[in-house]
Amino acid sequence: MSSSPLTRTVTVRNAQGLHARPADMLVRLANRFRSDVQLGKADQWVDAKSILSVLTLGATCGTELSVSAEGADAEDALQAIGELFEGGFDEPNGVEDAESTVDS
Amino acid sequence: MKFSDFIKTDAIRAELKSATKPAVIEELVQSLTEAGEIDSEQRDDIIAAIMKREDLGSTGIGRGVAVPHTKHPSVQRLVGTVGVSEAGIDFDSLDGEPVQLFFLLISPPERPGDHLRALENISRQLRDETFCRFLKQSKTAQDISQLLQEADDNQFAAG
Repeated sequence: MSSSPLTRTVTVRNAQGLHARPADMLVRLANRFRSDVQLGKADQWVDAKSILSVLTLGATCGTELSVSAEGADAEDALQAIGELFEGGFDEPNGVEDAESTVDS
Repeated sequence: MKFSDFIKTDAIRAELKSATKPAVIEELVQSLTEAGEIDSEQRDDIIAAIMKREDLGSTGIGRGVAVPHTKHPSVQRLVGTVGVSEAGIDFDSLDGEPVQLFFLLISPPERPGDHLRALENISRQLRDETFCRFLKQSKTAQDISQLLQEADDNQFAAG
């Protein structure tokens, strides 16, 4: 058991970005784990268990974020959070939408 | 993005009269209608859209703050207002606490980035407890307007 934080990179895939509802989903998920979970955008790190903090990232579609977890269930936390981002928070996928839209 | 980029001063409401979630949403949308920011014919449709969004999950994000919002094709740019209720209103908040501070936002459907930047600004400023407390204690629209201006001038949150 290592006590150093585990990290991974996730990408915001849903077209609307990390707005209030996805942020709520993320915070609820993060709170299920005992590990300390942080979310980072460039050099800005925030507590992934606080919605007010997560919203300060203003992460739009396509933004890459770092997730860092430290604690006994850190690995599970990163896995679950990664899946939430990959699933686009059950919202329309921004990348596909962009490809299928022709600007007029 | 600053408060002055989207909060319409004429629509700010201190001492909200409403005591329920539907009533406060209507009161704030009405304030934007009276300020001439939204078309009065679209008022009811906008209220319904905001309520529908609340059904997906409350925008009461905790600390006595809510950010009711919707996208609506009738607005050309992001418009918003602020309302303060001294008593607090039950809003099914994520933390179960009544809401005293409301930031209501209506954005054009094709501008998700603007909505995110407004949320970013609101949440960043509200992390400052002094700003949050002063807003909740505001008795007049002028007090609120001045606090938003001071926040825009970086007199509260540093980053």
